[in-house]
Amino acid sequence: MRFETAHQHTWRKIKSGLACTIALVSGVLVISPLALVFCYLLVKGAGSVNWDFFTKLPTPVGVAGGGMANAIVGSLELLAIAGLIGIPVGVLGGVYLAEYGSARISSFLRFLADVLNGVPSITWGVVVYGLIVLRFKGFSAYAGGLALALIMIPLILRTTEEVILLVPNGYREASLALGVSRWKTIIHIVLKTASKGIITGILLALARVGGETAPLLFTSFGNRFWNHSLSQPIAALPLQIFTYAISPYDDWHRQAWAGALVLVTGVFFVNITVRIVTRGRGASVV
Amino acid sequence: MHCSGLPLPIKHKIVMPVAASIPVEDLSAQARMARPSRLGDRAFEWLTLAMALSVVVLIILTGWQLWHGSTLAIKKFGFHFVTNSTWDPVGEDFGALPFIYGTLVSSFLGLLIAVPLGIATAAYLTELAPLWIRQPLISLIEMLAAIPSVILGLWGIFVMIPWLRDYPVPVLKRLLGWTPFFSGPMYGPCMLAGGIIIAIMILPIITSVSREILRSVPDLQREAAYALGATRWEATRIAVLSYAKKGLFAAVILGLARALGETMAVTMVIGNTPQIVVSLFQPGYTLASVLANEFTEATTDMYLQALFAIGLVLFGITIVVNLLAQLLLRTITTQSATRAVQ
Repeated sequence: MRFETAHQHTWRKIKSGLACTIALVSGVLVISPLALVFCYLLVKGAGSVNWDFFTKLPTPVGVAGGGMANAIVGSLELLAIAGLIGIPVGVLGGVYLAEYGSARISSFLRFLADVLNGVPSITWGVVVYGLIVLRFKGFSAYAGGLALALIMIPLILRTTEEVILLVPNGYREASLALGVSRWKTIIHIVLKTASKGIITGILLALARVGGETAPLLFTSFGNRFWNHSLSQPIAALPLQIFTYAISPYDDWHRQAWAGALVLVTGVFFVNITVRIVTRGRGASVV
Repeated sequence: MHCSGLPLPIKHKIVMPVAASIPVEDLSAQARMARPSRLGDRAFEWLTLAMALSVVVLIILTGWQLWHGSTLAIKKFGFHFVTNSTWDPVGEDFGALPFIYGTLVSSFLGLLIAVPLGIATAAYLTELAPLWIRQPLISLIEMLAAIPSVILGLWGIFVMIPWLRDYPVPVLKRLLGWTPFFSGPMYGPCMLAGGIIIAIMILPIITSVSREILRSVPDLQREAAYALGATRWEATRIAVLSYAKKGLFAAVILGLARALGETMAVTMVIGNTPQIVVSLFQPGYTLASVLANEFTEATTDMYLQALFAIGLVLFGITIVVNLLAQLLLRTITTQSATRAVQ
């Protein structure tokens, strides 16, 4: 039998410590882009975020000032359209998976939803371009909203299903035993119990698509002015940031940083709020 | 069961008749209440089913639309489309090879950076880190995942590329300039920048899926290793990482699926030139970027058709890779790992 010498033992200890250090360094490296991006956003963007930014239209090239009011409102309108389509479809679909579907059907649909979640978001832009923009001969807020809704559907469907599965069966049985029909049980008891988790899922999905640019490039297209009809092209904050970032003008670059700071603040605000509110029991849901 | 505490005779008197009549009353009660609620139940079930089927519809619709939009191009170019390296909108000669090449190289580069970092971080989070660090670090990684792609691209153009050009690239050139990968000058947007941005974008998903995988390794594994006198690192390597090999592979494939489809940030830093060059300092182009850049500029029908065909190629590749990743995940774990995907 061979025993370990003290020397070997120390060496193993050192190796272990070294590995821990390397793992710590990679952890720091992983989050360093977050810190770097956020710092640069603050440094470069904070100076240009002012009252005008939220209330004025973009100015023509060379004219200083102006803001992104139309893009901010446009993003909210697009999110409203996306929510109107995506939330009911996603939530009710999730209800089917959790409450009605047989194990085989549910797991098949769940599988498809997971695959859909991995489809590049620009694909939805292309599809909606073919389905809506070509057919109705024009970019529109509807098309942009629909493209965002298609991204939201599988996201919301999966979170809703998971939250509903957490509702104890006793609740359903109690309600059914009182003679309440099944669909009313689902709406009044199950969905109500799971509402916090479902809303969390919806908010996170909205925050996610609120930052999407790719599906909007050729559906809502962007607009330098106020949008007066939802069947017309509409501006969106991420789109505006993209256009300004790849332009050659310094003034537009400044606006792009400001827009990015506003967008990131919005997205982070939703994410952090949701996580604080649902901390603890909700953590497993998200 | 409720009668246990009560005197038996009285209970019998009351309970027995009721118990005997339950089936009858139940039936009549059902008959009375069933008609309206049955209808509601049926309708609600069908409604939810219709909504759930939307995922099937979406996949079919997408495939159909992309196919339908590109029939002429497919008829004209056939399989040659994916092997042709010319992209000439004026001469109407379209081939997807430079974009497929760019997509694969940038994704591979992204994986090369993100996989070791992601898995090491996951191991740190589940095995090595002090408990108090874990939750904050996890939250920060989730925040990184929440940064919109376009903002990362903005940062990439104005901060990362100039930094790359000034510091790491001269060093790389001095050390590895003799290899074809690091030859020639770097002017700005390039494949290397695209790969790094992709790495940043897929790090959160690789880390969080790997973390779920490592967490699902039974504690018995660790206990056995420690009982044999393993150090912390030895236990992690022998008992945890090698046990979870298959799951970690699934995490990598999932990261690859994301990498292939990354659009905005990559478009902003990769240079958008349809060429096939080995040097990472040269600009490239990806399937997703060409869609983002040229879709609204497609002036001729064939141009648009070719772009739809690009979309079809991208959709096909990502669907296959995603299917693979999901199947792998499903063979090894339960809900927990798939949950982290979102």
